[in-house]
Amino acid sequence: MLGLSRNDFLLLLFVLVLVAAAPIFLNPFPEGSEFAQFNAGYPDLMQRFVIFGIFAIGFNILFGLTGYLSFGHAAFLGAGSYAGVWMLKLLTINVIPAIVVSTIVAGIFSVIIGYISLRRSGIYFSILTLAFAQMSFALAASVLTPITGGETGLQTALHDPRILDGASDGAGNIPAPSLFGLEMKQSWQVNVGDWLWTFNVGYYLSAFVLLIAFYIAIRIFRSPFGMMLKAVKSNNQRLSYTGISPRPYTLAAFVISGMYAGLAGGLMVAMDPLAGAERMQWTASGEVVLMTILGGVGTLVGPVLGAGLIKYFENIFSKINDNLLHQWFAFMPDGIEDFMVTIIHPFVGKGWHLTLGLMFMLVVVFLPGGLVGGLSGLYRRVFQRRSKAQ
Amino acid sequence: MELSAFLLQVLNGLDKGSAYALIALGLTLIFGTLGVVNFAHGALFMIGAFCAVTLQKILTHSFITLDETKTDFLGKPLKVKTPYVEEWFGQVAGQAIIDWAVPLAILFAIPVMLLIGFAMERGLIKHFYKRPHADQILVTFGLAIVLQEIIKAYFGANQIPVPAPEAFIGSLDFGTLIGFDPGVIIYPYWRVVYFIFAMIIIAAVFAFLQFTTFGMVVRAGMADRETVGLLGIDIDKRFTIMFGIAAAVAGLAGVMYTPINPPNYHMGMDFLVISFVVVVVGGMGSLGGAVLAGFILGILESFASMREVIEFIPGINQVVIYLAAIVILLARPRGLLGRKGVMES
Repeated sequence: MLGLSRNDFLLLLFVLVLVAAAPIFLNPFPEGSEFAQFNAGYPDLMQRFVIFGIFAIGFNILFGLTGYLSFGHAAFLGAGSYAGVWMLKLLTINVIPAIVVSTIVAGIFSVIIGYISLRRSGIYFSILTLAFAQMSFALAASVLTPITGGETGLQTALHDPRILDGASDGAGNIPAPSLFGLEMKQSWQVNVGDWLWTFNVGYYLSAFVLLIAFYIAIRIFRSPFGMMLKAVKSNNQRLSYTGISPRPYTLAAFVISGMYAGLAGGLMVAMDPLAGAERMQWTASGEVVLMTILGGVGTLVGPVLGAGLIKYFENIFSKINDNLLHQWFAFMPDGIEDFMVTIIHPFVGKGWHLTLGLMFMLVVVFLPGGLVGGLSGLYRRVFQRRSKAQ
Repeated sequence: MELSAFLLQVLNGLDKGSAYALIALGLTLIFGTLGVVNFAHGALFMIGAFCAVTLQKILTHSFITLDETKTDFLGKPLKVKTPYVEEWFGQVAGQAIIDWAVPLAILFAIPVMLLIGFAMERGLIKHFYKRPHADQILVTFGLAIVLQEIIKAYFGANQIPVPAPEAFIGSLDFGTLIGFDPGVIIYPYWRVVYFIFAMIIIAAVFAFLQFTTFGMVVRAGMADRETVGLLGIDIDKRFTIMFGIAAAVAGLAGVMYTPINPPNYHMGMDFLVISFVVVVVGGMGSLGGAVLAGFILGILESFASMREVIEFIPGINQVVIYLAAIVILLARPRGLLGRKGVMES
């Protein structure tokens, strides 16, 4: 169906159910209960899940298929964000032009950077992309202030032209980004028993885009073009010997993944019309690498899981504080309680980066295939044992 | 441009260039011997800097006595803090020791960094020789985050100032030494010290590799690891020691850099990105190239931060290193002094 094999269609269906029902199953704990703060089903966080999911899917098309490790993908996300905010400022508060233009601008950016960087491979390629991204970051934060807003960032303002629909909404406020009048931040809350589910417009728009992005990624993975990219990864030299230049293929993969990053940037400003230079910094590029690795490089659904997991940890782990820990271990004798809290303290709250770093190291050391690779390995082992028993 | 202004910029570039050169040297040593791309090297530089902080904290560790002759503003006897070192060695000697905390930290940092280096190599890096470079980058990147966060948990997120010894505070009027008017070329003493220190370390590393039997074996191992192994030499052990030495070089660079730039937990990452650019510009695997590129890029950066240049090309000071890296990598794919066949699979 849809030009997909049965397994791929089921995978797409799985992701569809996953994102459609996310507001429900990400809120497993009743409102007001002790664990309610572990609920991830609020719009802001869910939007980030899917937006970074798109970013990671795109990154995976480059890194997972061709093996080229780019350390500068945040530059495309940043460029897309700026382009998106400018569309919201100049043209219309409708998010569609913003998202489309961010994707195109990031695409143009990645053609230029990719054309130059792809002349080298291996670590040289990584350093070249890193250099370009750091340059974009430094310029955006300093000299390009008229375009990028410098360190304060770029945002919509009351005196923007917005030629299509006027500078302000009826009440004289800055209009909020919307889709043909349906505001992105609008949500419906449903109470079921003790549970509270929030259905947000912006989230479902992002989720819809994620599904399209995911579908395109599946098609790329299964296409002859995708095979070519895998050939680049497994043996670049042999590919050249067969008389095929790998350059156009890698460049196409680079541009596609750059456009995915721009799309993510566009969605980000559609949710919150604000773009800052720090989005381009190399730590942001590092983050998307982490997401892809954690989920599973070269797998279809891995990057989405990785993005969700990292963003979840970032939000939830950093919220845990000592008081909460004391509450949890209150059932233990005082000495042991304090001991447990002291041990766990460095890993949560402000120290959640430590957990992230450790988790990341463990995945690289023990699960080179990421979570998806590990799970499928486990599945295969269990399955094979059962078939042997028969 | 006047000659004096030119010289001043060259001098200004030297201290940053020294730091780049030292870190890049260590990176290249690790890459050349073990074939591992170590993204945690910036963290080693940072840990070195925090060795100086730790030693200073230990030396100024004090006990409190009550001075009955003086009173504080509440009328109670004044509390006087006396560092233990002053108690043990007498006031003059004790204060001198505290004053010279940074140079003393060199002695403290060498064993610490060697140990950290050995532990890192045996505990983690060893298992990554046969894995792809991407995996090595990723696992050391994770390690860098972990080290950084541990330091942050202990020392906090703020910069911690560590002063240079009093003898080196102030500036050298370098211009008068070579016949310029006084006050034209002024250069802080500590930066002179840093540059000389860096030169000594670099010379020592090169001499160690060039003139000792151990160094000869290591160089042979860099050229052809397998054959050296076949000759019955335990090359792995020697490479582990080289990893420790590379860690110590980065650590010492960090120790001595503290008076120039108060250390904080993310200084390693800031330097790491540039150091990788330096290594690649110098030519992956070339020790001389790393040192050369370190100084060239440091000086280039200082020229680009001149007011005249910034007025001419705004923002150039922010991007000049990356720009130089892009130009050099496209014009000379293997970097300045790179050899054929390194990292080109």
